[in-house]
Amino acid sequence: MNKIGLPIAVGCFALVPFFAGDFYINLGSQMMIAAIFALSLNLLAGYGGLTTLGHAAFLGLSAYFVAWLTTRLGLSHATAALLSIVGTTICAALFGLIALRASGLGFLMITLALSQVLWGLAYRWVSVTNGDNGMTGVTRPMPFGFSIESASAFYWFALTVTTIAFAMIAIFVTSAFGASLKGTRDQSRRMAALGYNVWLIRWITFIYAGFWAGVAGILYVYYNKYIHPSSLSITSSAEGLLGVIAGGSGTLVGPVVGSILVTFLKNYVSSYIDRWNMLLGFVFMFIVIMMPNGIVPGVRRLARHFKGTHR
Amino acid sequence: MTIQDGSYALELIRLNKAFAGLPVTQDVSMIVRPGERRLLLGPNGAGKTTLFNQITGEIQPKSGQIKLFGRDITKLKPHQRAHLGLSRTYQIITLFPQDTLEHNVALGLLGLMPSRWDLLRPMSRDILVEARRVLGLVGLGDLADWPISDIAYGEKRRVEIAMALAQKPKVLLLDEPLAGLSAAERSTIKKLIAEIPREVSVVMIEHDMDTALDLAETITLLHYGKVIIDGTRDAVIADERAREVYLGH
Repeated sequence: MNKIGLPIAVGCFALVPFFAGDFYINLGSQMMIAAIFALSLNLLAGYGGLTTLGHAAFLGLSAYFVAWLTTRLGLSHATAALLSIVGTTICAALFGLIALRASGLGFLMITLALSQVLWGLAYRWVSVTNGDNGMTGVTRPMPFGFSIESASAFYWFALTVTTIAFAMIAIFVTSAFGASLKGTRDQSRRMAALGYNVWLIRWITFIYAGFWAGVAGILYVYYNKYIHPSSLSITSSAEGLLGVIAGGSGTLVGPVVGSILVTFLKNYVSSYIDRWNMLLGFVFMFIVIMMPNGIVPGVRRLARHFKGTHR
Repeated sequence: MTIQDGSYALELIRLNKAFAGLPVTQDVSMIVRPGERRLLLGPNGAGKTTLFNQITGEIQPKSGQIKLFGRDITKLKPHQRAHLGLSRTYQIITLFPQDTLEHNVALGLLGLMPSRWDLLRPMSRDILVEARRVLGLVGLGDLADWPISDIAYGEKRRVEIAMALAQKPKVLLLDEPLAGLSAAERSTIKKLIAEIPREVSVVMIEHDMDTALDLAETITLLHYGKVIIDGTRDAVIADERAREVYLGH
């Protein structure tokens, strides 16, 4: 996606509320929240070669922060959002210190374990989190005095945040630092020998990914006005990873396409088919077999093939 | 304090390393003067690459000291050593296969620049221009836009060297730069190595004797992790033990 493609795509998405019903508008909002989450996860799994199964910890943590700070402490939305994002980013920095002692499977297991700790806390620390009942009573903010109570207003709010997230992440991965990050994914030994501090590159990326997962978490709790421990469970992390892999990990647009697909199957098709999980499995298998690199690289390859420019 | 030490580009002092009890480096000492061309010889398993890995910091010696221009670098991380002017190539090609030749060499350049931490802007134009210039030096200027996966093995060997040369190292470690090459490709690479500027010290592991002996000024012969002989090329070739351990094997 280039400098022309992004405004066109955003423009098209912005028109959706004019001809779609509330159900579809809300579906769109959920897709965008999932997309920000998948974009942040893709920084690690796709560009860094660091597959994590605990990324939902940051989404859930920031959502809990907002819920707790606004409903229990009565802080304003702006303060709560700011504290939440700072707290989540600090947590990502700490988790990164622990998880990045390993890479590959070890890294995956540590991220999983750390996220399970937070999930356990959300379940058991009832006095703070209200346990299995979840936290209710979260309200939506009024950014710049505009109400985002209606489905379409929230949709446009989410679209604005998603666009900023997409642009910021695009700048990050195309930067000189992004080139270094991809290098550490492909040849970490060589990168160290060339003068790159591989560990620090990964840690910075981990923190940045945690930050954007936190942003997704804030949108998530505003949208649902409710937060439950399941949002930081392994299922939630795995769904994000599914979106990244299905869409095309290590590509910019892939995670967006993938999370649109996963959200669609989960929230739309599930109302027609009871065993939607099975369908999700079949769709995923189809993608993995037909387009092992994901939908976006797969479609690109097909397009090249038909244009006859395939090398 | 000791100015004397500074006269060596690289100095290894009684290095020891063992893998699971098996000694792979035993009391290895070696000096390399600025601009020297040193050949590291030894049969397979003599511990040559292991020694390289200790010099670059990928593995830590159990005991001993490594000095670069008089500075103790034994405890430094590989990336820190690179910033002090140490560069290497790999016996097994270690490139970025999806990326273009230009990008590969550019990564070598970027690694030593502060702009590698730039989170907002892509690699500068200057880096790419310089990468192409270096590719031109190794005769690959025309292939700069090709991905590594699409070029021939011999060309990849040249990219390995180009990446290291682009960093303008003070000490360059070449790990079997001729491995697996045809006669024609070997002479290309040999010429490349011969043209490396004299201010660079070169330590080379190589089994192709015709080429290696032409390039070398000094030779260190390793056997079972020990230095058997160390001296000028002619002295080592004339040495009876060299024939036994290496040439007669």
